[in-house]
Amino acid sequence: MEHALELLALSPPGWGGNLLRGLWSTFQIAAGAYALGLALGLFGAFGKIYGGPVLRGALTVYTTVIRAVPELVLILLLYYLGTDLLNMALTSMGFERMDISGLWAGIYVIGFVQGAYSTEVLRGAFQAVPFGQIEAARAIGMSAFKSHWRIILPAMIPFALPGLANLWLIATKETALLAVVGFSELALETKQAAGATKAYFMFYMAAGGLYLMLSLVSTGVFALIERRSRRGQPTQS
Amino acid sequence: MDWSWLPEYLPRFAEGLWLTLQLLFWSILIGMSMAIPIGLVQVTGPRPLAWLARIFTTVIRGTPLLIQLWLIYYGVGSLFPSIPGIRESFLWPVLRDAFPYAVLAFSLSVAGYEGEIMRGAFRGVPKGELEAARAIGMSPFQVLRRVWLPRALQNTFPTLTGEFILTLKATPLAATITVFEVYGIGSIVRQETYKIYEPLLFVAAIYLCLTGILVLGFRYLENRIPKQSRS
Repeated sequence: MEHALELLALSPPGWGGNLLRGLWSTFQIAAGAYALGLALGLFGAFGKIYGGPVLRGALTVYTTVIRAVPELVLILLLYYLGTDLLNMALTSMGFERMDISGLWAGIYVIGFVQGAYSTEVLRGAFQAVPFGQIEAARAIGMSAFKSHWRIILPAMIPFALPGLANLWLIATKETALLAVVGFSELALETKQAAGATKAYFMFYMAAGGLYLMLSLVSTGVFALIERRSRRGQPTQS
Repeated sequence: MDWSWLPEYLPRFAEGLWLTLQLLFWSILIGMSMAIPIGLVQVTGPRPLAWLARIFTTVIRGTPLLIQLWLIYYGVGSLFPSIPGIRESFLWPVLRDAFPYAVLAFSLSVAGYEGEIMRGAFRGVPKGELEAARAIGMSPFQVLRRVWLPRALQNTFPTLTGEFILTLKATPLAATITVFEVYGIGSIVRQETYKIYEPLLFVAAIYLCLTGILVLGFRYLENRIPKQSRS
């Protein structure tokens, strides 16, 4: 037991500091990817609702393929595709090739995957908004943009929150897959610590505890937000 | 795009596919049979068991599957060799192979997620049906076997498609512990041929087909199973 505490000490030779740094990168990647996913999801949801046949078809392919192919395969594909495209664009504009940092690459790949799921969640939330509210907004003369900004989006939030909370939890857990590609976050830091000390069981338990803590705190925060967003609404049974 | 490597590796992909399907089948089978008691004790008690089940589902759903897999394979697996005499025992060939660890990890994951669904399903069976079963003199076990469980399973059937697809999409993780299923074979091809996109695209296409088959198959089955009447 004392041995375990020494290994988890915050300063070297303990590995606790590495794990916490890993947790912080995990959080950063998850938060960035979640934001990117929401932006893509918002675009995707409104594209699916208002778009023409071509846009709708493209978005259907996007959400179907992303949700049917394993995340690990997608992460690799998107990573190579993204760096190749970026470098092609850079060289054609006369800049030098560059490597994307692990943080931004992680945000981009996980965010792109999250976007497909967000699209479906937000589209469902849009369809759950009572049509009378949209009609009422138009009837008092709001423009299309104004009625979306002031009425539809706020009214969507309570319907979207349970799904969005779930997506955030998925995002935090999905970042662990980046360890397979070699980006430094909690899972990879743990793997390195475990490999160096041979205390596999202890370090994976510790990492599991950190992820669990992140999940539990997030669940609590989302429960608070959800309660607040439902103020004044009839309680559902 | 250069696909000249494909014929050479096709037999290995077939082996990988078989391994993927085996992983999927055993994980769902074992996971579902664990999910039933996990869901049931949370509804009926006893209290300590209900708490244990609750903690189990929370931990499984709150941590990444990759960490669970590595904990089981590297963590628990590294403890076995220190037990004296285990290398000579009949268990050693099983403990040395990575496949059982992968099945165990995926089964626990299925049990965690599906256990949560089973809890809702058991609770969702109308009280009147259980009372009626008791009233005609069924023992508690008979009620469970003849009425409660079948009705609960009927309600969870639609979630089964999702669970199959989620588990299928989790199977590539097994490649990280040397179980070479479809994705693992794809990685081997990438290492041996130095190609990046073709093997990945081929692997993605295989998973796309598998998901499509699962969705269509379950839709067919769902149409054949009598729908429950909502009252």
